[in-house]
Amino acid sequence: MLSKGLKRKQEEEEEGKEALAVDTWWLGPGHPAVAHAPPAVASRSLFDLSVLKLHHSLQQSEPDLQHLVLVVNTLRRIQACMAPTAALPPMPSLPTAPGIADNLLASSDASLSASMASLLEDLSHIEGLSQAPQPLVDEGPPGHPTGGAPPSLGALDLLGPATGCLLVDGLEGLFEDTDTSMYDSELWAPASEGHKSSPEDGPGKEEAPELDEAELDYLMDVLVGTQALERPPGPGC
Amino acid sequence: MAGAGGGGCPAGGNDLQWCFSQVKGAVDEDVAEADVISTVEFSHSGDLLATGDKGGRVVIFQREQENKSRPHSRGEYNVYSTFQSHEPEFDYLKSLEIEEKINKIRWLPQQGAARFLLSTNDKTIKLWKISERDKRAEGYNLKDEDGRLRDPLRITALRVPILKPMDLMVEASPRRIFANAHTYHINSISVNSDHETYLSADDLRINLWHLEITDRSFNIVDIKPANMEELTEVITAAEFHPHQCNVLVYSSSKGTIRLCDMRSSALCDRHSKFFEEPEDPSSRSFFSEIISSVSDVKFSHSGRYMMTRDYLSVKVWDLNMESRPVETHQVHEYLRSKLCSLYENDCIFDKFECCWNGSDSAIMTGSYNNFFRMFDRTTWRDVTLEASRENSKPRASLKPRRVCAGGKRKKDEVSVDSLDFSKKILHTAWHPVENIIAVAATNNLYIFQDKAN
Repeated sequence: MLSKGLKRKQEEEEEGKEALAVDTWWLGPGHPAVAHAPPAVASRSLFDLSVLKLHHSLQQSEPDLQHLVLVVNTLRRIQACMAPTAALPPMPSLPTAPGIADNLLASSDASLSASMASLLEDLSHIEGLSQAPQPLVDEGPPGHPTGGAPPSLGALDLLGPATGCLLVDGLEGLFEDTDTSMYDSELWAPASEGHKSSPEDGPGKEEAPELDEAELDYLMDVLVGTQALERPPGPGC
Repeated sequence: MAGAGGGGCPAGGNDLQWCFSQVKGAVDEDVAEADVISTVEFSHSGDLLATGDKGGRVVIFQREQENKSRPHSRGEYNVYSTFQSHEPEFDYLKSLEIEEKINKIRWLPQQGAARFLLSTNDKTIKLWKISERDKRAEGYNLKDEDGRLRDPLRITALRVPILKPMDLMVEASPRRIFANAHTYHINSISVNSDHETYLSADDLRINLWHLEITDRSFNIVDIKPANMEELTEVITAAEFHPHQCNVLVYSSSKGTIRLCDMRSSALCDRHSKFFEEPEDPSSRSFFSEIISSVSDVKFSHSGRYMMTRDYLSVKVWDLNMESRPVETHQVHEYLRSKLCSLYENDCIFDKFECCWNGSDSAIMTGSYNNFFRMFDRTTWRDVTLEASRENSKPRASLKPRRVCAGGKRKKDEVSVDSLDFSKKILHTAWHPVENIIAVAATNNLYIFQDKAN
């Protein structure tokens, strides 16, 4: 699928100067430029994006292994940088809504690592990767909310709908204010009891840690459940 | 005129001036996915130029003989043969569709009148024979001119069939099909200098084949961990040394290159040499690994150097020095501050190829906005050129392009924010001897020549 990037008109260049700013948000915590960016928000957004990419990649009938491995490695890097924030209380004082990811990190850092490891391990049973598991993501609502939108990502507009972007409706929704209910229904199948949250759930809503574990377990079950559909691997090394 | 090897300065120097020669492909704004070119390769002599596309087709162009009566043709490339190499397949056991997209084409060295090439999709490699027929036999005894069998009892006299000229017909026929040896997606094929064997590489394994034998291959590299949860690295490209038939290299998604000697052991799990440049701590980011992933590795014609392409740069390595490259050329450093956006739209995973000129004095690689870059290794000059229909007047000189990374944009400069990331030049090829280059821009193939040619 090809899409054309949007060409900026000359007169818009003055307005677009901010787009030329260096993206400092995504640099490692040791980078001096990050000093004036809230790294927790930045890392979390990138984390959510990476998790989304991972899910979309795994939903392909035959995921691109290089893409998958690079995304997983990036996710691990981000997670390692965010590890100190796992000690934060469940109601962080950040202005933006924490979203599910914070709680996941706070309470289930180890289990998320295990999930990712298990996802890769699942691939080993398949010697050539399975058919698409049941879709976890409800394709309907556009966008997947995460943390606040850093201003330097105005450059997103210029790139237009991405050639290789796996989201159906582009990425703008990623950086809307977090709405936990949308996030829950998109990323984690809404099967856990008590998981229902009103659309207006604002910041500070605290998810019980048990629910997070249940969500992960559900996710793993769905993925592992596809094993039952597997036939023995075909010929070839 | 046999051109000199590519010396001189491609970048606005006195010696080389690149000019538009030809463009192949449709002009439509809406490009069919199947028409997107996915590989480009000159033959060893350069008289043939093959392209493969996402629709599984191979198109071979042949260079016309220079003709005094048509001096303007100047050795143009015209269609020689077109054939469907791969078809979409369905793996019933795994319920997977196998794409017909041609990932790589590699020519075999010419040994007779017929020409041979290997083409591969994600799973299957095929050996194709391309042969010419310009005569046909007439006057058979047992069949009529239209092929109907004659009644043998009615034949009263024997005659000797005679050969008569006919219009040139180029036939492509599959001679070997090498299948069922790759679980993961094939990213590379490389013909050995012994002209008898070749390698095929997927994400986790490299296999060695004999060109005559299709029912088995030898696994020579296997990086699949026993425990898949330990998988952190995949093979991204592999190539045989141009002269030493026992030496091969393969690159990884972590930016490393391993050189293996097949004489040391049957399974080349232990490398003979390990090439890696230490990470620069000041430019470290979440995307460091992704941008270090090597998308292409190519030996120089001399066999003394190899070149690797990662997301932002091209590096030249001396095979005798593993600690760092001897040269690093920045392709589009202005993208370093845009990595997050490029990660979001997956452009950061684009796999650019690179190539050497015939004399190893210059290298070329692609970029976005239909730009491509050339670096002269002797003068250390570089130039950015564009493959576009606007610059497609015959023998029109290509004007160097500049990208403005920030600050005030000068006239004729292109701002980073107005780059079209859907117009990517992933595949380029340089004629083995002369200064002729082929650049694939989506569904179009551009051919540029040095003015002096």
